Amino acid sequence: MSELLIKNGFVFDPLQGIRGDRMDIAVKDGRIVETSALQHPETIDASGMTVMAGGIDIHSHVVGPKVNVGRLFRPEDKLFKSPLKRCNRMEMGFSVPSTFKAGYDYARMGYVFVNEAAMPPLHSPHVHEEIRDTPIIDNAAMPVFGNNWFTLEYLKNHEIENNAAYTAWLLRATRGFAIKVVNPGGTEAWGWGLNCENVHDPVPYFEITPAEIIAGLIETNEHLGLPHSVHLHCNNLGNPGNYTDTLDSLKLAEGYTPKNNFGREQVLHATHLQFHSYGGDSWGNFESRAPDVIDYVNSHDNITIDIGQVTLDETTTMTADGPFEHHLRALNNLKWANTDVELETAAGVVPYIYSPKVKVCTIQWAVGLELALLSKDLMRTFVSTDHPNAGPFIRYPRVITWLMSRAARDATMKTFKWLERTIDATSIDGIDRELDLYEIAQMTRAGPAKALGISNTYGGLAPGMDADIAIYALNPENMPENPEEIEKALSRCACLLKDGVVTVRDGEVLTEPPKRTVWVDVKVPENAQVQRDIYEHFLRYYSVNLGNYSLFEEHLFNPRVIEVDTTQ
Amino acid sequence: MPKRIENVGCPYCGVCCDDLVVTVSDDGKKILEVENACAIGNQIYHHATESERVRLPRLRQPDGTYKEISYDEAIDYAARVLYNAKKPLIYGFGSTNCEGMAAAAKVGEKAGAILDNCASICHGSSLLAIFDNGYPSCTLGEVKNRADVILYWGANPAHAHPRHMSRYSIFPRGFFTGKGHKSRKIIVIDPRYTDTARVADIYLQVKQGYDYDLFNAFRTVARGHEIPEEVAGIKREKILEVVEIMKNARFGTIFYGMGLCHTDGRNHNIDIAISLTRDLNDFTKWTIMAMRGHYNITGPNQVWSWQYGFPYCLDLSKRDIAHMNPGETSSIDLAMRGEIDAFFNVATDAGAHFPIEAVKELRKHPWITIDPNICMASEISDLHIPVGIVGVEVPGIVYRMDNVPVQYRKVIDPPEGVISDEELFERIYQRLCELEAEDAAKERVKTTAEGIPAED
Ligand code: SF4
Ligand SMILES: [Zn+2]
Repeated sequence: MSELLIKNGFVFDPLQGIRGDRMDIAVKDGRIVETSALQHPETIDASGMTVMAGGIDIHSHVVGPKVNVGRLFRPEDKLFKSPLKRCNRMEMGFSVPSTFKAGYDYARMGYVFVNEAAMPPLHSPHVHEEIRDTPIIDNAAMPVFGNNWFTLEYLKNHEIENNAAYTAWLLRATRGFAIKVVNPGGTEAWGWGLNCENVHDPVPYFEITPAEIIAGLIETNEHLGLPHSVHLHCNNLGNPGNYTDTLDSLKLAEGYTPKNNFGREQVLHATHLQFHSYGGDSWGNFESRAPDVIDYVNSHDNITIDIGQVTLDETTTMTADGPFEHHLRALNNLKWANTDVELETAAGVVPYIYSPKVKVCTIQWAVGLELALLSKDLMRTFVSTDHPNAGPFIRYPRVITWLMSRAARDATMKTFKWLERTIDATSIDGIDRELDLYEIAQMTRAGPAKALGISNTYGGLAPGMDADIAIYALNPENMPENPEEIEKALSRCACLLKDGVVTVRDGEVLTEPPKRTVWVDVKVPENAQVQRDIYEHFLRYYSVNLGNYSLFEEHLFNPRVIEVDTTQ
Repeated sequence: MPKRIENVGCPYCGVCCDDLVVTVSDDGKKILEVENACAIGNQIYHHATESERVRLPRLRQPDGTYKEISYDEAIDYAARVLYNAKKPLIYGFGSTNCEGMAAAAKVGEKAGAILDNCASICHGSSLLAIFDNGYPSCTLGEVKNRADVILYWGANPAHAHPRHMSRYSIFPRGFFTGKGHKSRKIIVIDPRYTDTARVADIYLQVKQGYDYDLFNAFRTVARGHEIPEEVAGIKREKILEVVEIMKNARFGTIFYGMGLCHTDGRNHNIDIAISLTRDLNDFTKWTIMAMRGHYNITGPNQVWSWQYGFPYCLDLSKRDIAHMNPGETSSIDLAMRGEIDAFFNVATDAGAHFPIEAVKELRKHPWITIDPNICMASEISDLHIPVGIVGVEVPGIVYRMDNVPVQYRKVIDPPEGVISDEELFERIYQRLCELEAEDAAKERVKTTAEGIPAED
């Protein structure tokens, strides 16, 4: 069909160790091929520009019920007009964009794969409806397990095989991708208006601790050999002094080694670590403990993280951490939505303004950057804003600019009302490190693809991989003096190829190639007990029938299935 | 052999029972038996195959009668009406699937229409309160498994949502509520002594129109302040007693209906109900839920929120930005002001539900009804396009009153030739694109014929 040659760009592909070499990338029929395989290619001149694989977002809330609560209950999030050229569909929303806008905006930034961070299993048809309406980008979605009654009951008795069989069943039922854990145990406690504040605080009635849930799920994950690892949102998010709870959670991964056929090297992904790296014991003496946390991560290579960078915007927080959102509502007294989901999880949504005039917010800003800049392995440290929790994903270019430029950080810090206190409470002012484009490619492509176990298809430019390629008008040999130019170039890529189709040109979306739903299908041995448990729980406790719970095939949009067979 | 189909979702009320068992005749054409449904649900199914159905679109003739036309002709007519209208209104959607709503939005966006749903005349006031104050809620299974105090306020499920109490709230035995009814306290607040009030442990006959005051009293007491001897017709001791019960609940849910969101105070009633729920969460766990009427009236709120960020009253006429301002962009207000110049009544009956003045205004312009059934709207239309009945003849996703998506099935084929809402809107969309392209081509011919403008 089509042949394309991207000529003369500076190519960054950490998966192959390519560090800005000037070379050509060949594309044929949607895949990357050897240049020798082309006969009469069209060429794209990338000279003086940066060429990377399409971006991978490992943690973003873009589709599903709580995202939609955020849209529905915040009309004020739409009081502006998109300045961009009109695409096929209207684009609405700032911190919680419409599905169409999310797809277009990710594409404009050169992203091709977005992993939805939390899917309540009962609501999986909703998640898949929104995936259908999110153009261009491929999506996966992680069902939440950390407060699921089946999981709690199996792990309480340390029945790993049963838990694994249930996990496989739920991944298939929801067409899910990985094991997500949010405030393990705490969200179930929230069913009674309570919480689990540390990893040893037992879950009411279920008599299991968060620590046991986390360890049990890591074991389950490695028993199954899933592409991704356990993806953990730790207990006690957002509170002063929580870094000790975070370290307690991370330590649970000690002794576990990854077992999988997907090139994944971690057993635990700790998400939006910024929210979990705080010292002090009140908002008065709130301070950064990012160095302690990232030191631990640096010395334990079975852990990956994403930063959850605060962008200093007005945004909408949303998480399956129900008790946290309730707590936040008391702090800022804004409107509060909550949905507890039977047997499974909960979700809260509260608007939030991260202001450069508020000390806690500017310390949070510094914490995220410290984590990245003090990291010794950027193949294990990823860019995220926990969209939209710490800020909207359209700020990634700004986050990257902060990481690449001390001058950009200084310019932002000049706007802080409590600059001195922010500097005192963090180490940000002592950090001169400026990341280069190779390191950015690690944090936004190669690293997350590897951690998700999809680096044979996404995140790199080796022959055989999907031809998802982003070209940015950035010359690594002559980077712009003005950091704002970096942000601009990353916001609107010069060109994006999705599956070999020229999708974005000069920052404008030209076309909408078919997007995919990526999910993981695990084959496990027959397990009569688990089947019976599922049958009984649905009969007695669920409010929908078992026969209507699993996603009907007709509601799964353009699937790409990753198969795992544990019976071999 | 007749065929038994299990796990069938009922396309009538917001309870969205998905445990129906429908027996279909050998040839798959007739519904023989419906198990588990309430009387209303039962009726929907039998009506589908027992009554005379409209099988072709019908176009009004100069003599006032209807003439059958083909779907192609009807689609062309509908597309031209949209194409020529300045401010068409596409309204309804209480009784169709989300796929149809998504397709209709595509049409509305292309046509620069107003897109609105039945929330505009029912729970729109709830949505206004949610915009201001949020919505601490839960799924119905949570209520079943945990709730030990249930409060129905201005709602009469015994009639409007027949299986609500047995499936979710009062009677079921759940995980932490193994004793069923015995493990729960039921409070009903309503100016009328309804059949729901009959099953209550405590019934408060609030004075008509004084709901806000009663909520205010509850909040005041919950926060530890004094209240007068009597508020809203309820004695102080009674109010103190109820607040005590609420504060001591392990898990409580307020279910409210149109009796609250459509009486004096409207969105303010809901606002303070939400505030009370917030307050109670300082003591224990409380949740609140609107008793949404039709089985998928929650659907358009969901679908259009993810597509545009607004649940109802969407003005898409500005083409590159959607705008919502109930009062300005709401169906009835637009109709009354005579701003609408074409009307699409979809999966509802505006003929029966809209005020007569609004109907009169709308009737001055083309009125197209898209609905499986003959209803008041279809009988005053210029064009009636029949579609398959969702949940009976057309599968799809619907959202229950607690926003849980339920996957509905089809149990029989639609009458021969009859298409779904989704297919219909997709085809209207295609036709709109063609009309646009034809016009663009004509424009091109015109401009080339007229030569190059002077300033070039
Ligand atoms: S309660 Fe409502 S959804 Fe259930 S069977 Fe009756 S009408 Fe149908
Ligand atoms: Zn998150």
